[in-house]
Amino acid sequence: MKLTLKIWRQKNSKAKGELKTYPIDGIEGDMSFLEMLDVLNEELINKGEEPVVFDHDCREGICGACSLQINGEPHGPDRLVTTCQLHMRMFNDGDTIVIEPFRAKAFPVIKDLVVDRTSFERIQQAGGYVSVNTSGNTIDANAIPVNKQDADDSFNAATCIGCGACVAACKNASAMLFTAAKVSQFALLPQGKVEATERVLNMVAQMDKEGFGNCTNTGACEIECPKGISLENIARMNREYLSASLKG
Amino acid sequence: MAILTSSIARKVAMALSGLFLVIFLAQHFIINFTSVLDPETFNSLSHFMGHNFVVQFIAQPILIIGVIFHFVMGIILEIRNRSARQISYKSYKGNKNSSWASRNMIISGAVILAFLGLHFYDFWFPEIVHKYVESHPVDETRYYTELLQKFESPVRTGLYSLSFVLLALHLWHGFSSSFQSMGWNNKYSKALQGFTKFYAIFIPLGFIFIAIYLHLNQ
Repeated sequence: MKLTLKIWRQKNSKAKGELKTYPIDGIEGDMSFLEMLDVLNEELINKGEEPVVFDHDCREGICGACSLQINGEPHGPDRLVTTCQLHMRMFNDGDTIVIEPFRAKAFPVIKDLVVDRTSFERIQQAGGYVSVNTSGNTIDANAIPVNKQDADDSFNAATCIGCGACVAACKNASAMLFTAAKVSQFALLPQGKVEATERVLNMVAQMDKEGFGNCTNTGACEIECPKGISLENIARMNREYLSASLKG
Repeated sequence: MAILTSSIARKVAMALSGLFLVIFLAQHFIINFTSVLDPETFNSLSHFMGHNFVVQFIAQPILIIGVIFHFVMGIILEIRNRSARQISYKSYKGNKNSSWASRNMIISGAVILAFLGLHFYDFWFPEIVHKYVESHPVDETRYYTELLQKFESPVRTGLYSLSFVLLALHLWHGFSSSFQSMGWNNKYSKALQGFTKFYAIFIPLGFIFIAIYLHLNQ
């Protein structure tokens, strides 16, 4: 497969970036998108040019490290997959592929296609946890009965890998789906109810502080999320937030 | 006071003011539709709305505040949302994951705002002048005739109809979205969404029908 890649190149966080064009040949349909970039980088290194910097880690779709806005969509045109699981068979011979970093004020570009997503970590640190005693007398979580539906919904929310596709897809660069998933996974469980009030207030406050936009319910985040995190989580977080605010 | 300034509080404020306007719209439509069914009923309802103390001095100011609040908050949110992505994408395919109506509420809202300016110029300001500045004697039969006069012009009828198309798009996303903003997403949501989509088409279409009917029945 012969392709034309238009890739965002930016030396560092302060430099002005631009799209650079790279023709590439010999791409197989069974390659993943990241393997295709590996091929390009090998060519660039052999020519003595600087390789394209991009985030990746597990390459199994479970770590949330890979990102990339591919032809105008986070993680590319396929659904429910991360960039590392996106196969080149989704493209046709002769295609032009535009590759950009996830764009948001709260995700500043570090270099080329790598963005700083530590704003997500700060939202997590603001309340995305359950305080448990780990001094040796921890009660097994299975000892507390949990309604099956709540357990399933909590698990589904917990499958969020924090990749940031929701922010990248949203026209407002809103982080509501990510924050809602992290609030929901605990809000639905008995262990999470103890700190529910502080959790939602603190996490939403941190989300706003990071400079993410407001959610306008376009639903783009849900469609582009590689883990299929549902908008129901946002409604749940809104309920949690309103009730927590009224409690004070 | 995070409850007043947080992103979720703003969403809820937009939702509540929007729902209030949705209810007002239904009431406005019902009264307008009587002009097609029976001009006398239209005249008496219009006279009641124009002279009832509660409608004039309690409901009307609340409505005006609701409209202004919805627009001002909408513009504030748009500015904040634009600043959340300072460098835009070279390639962005919003149509792959969301509807045009949901992505362009500011455009449909701006058209509705412009329409409201025209609507106030046509009806509200002349009514205020008629009642409080020129102090004409009470005439309970003038409303239907005045209404007909406004729709004499094909340009005005066209402008009104176009605005209602944009209103339909605004309602298409905004009405169902307001329930999501308030945390309402459950087993009844699908049925509710069906109702909101029906409302988003039926009410603006009804307004267009009234405008064209009045234009053709001069």
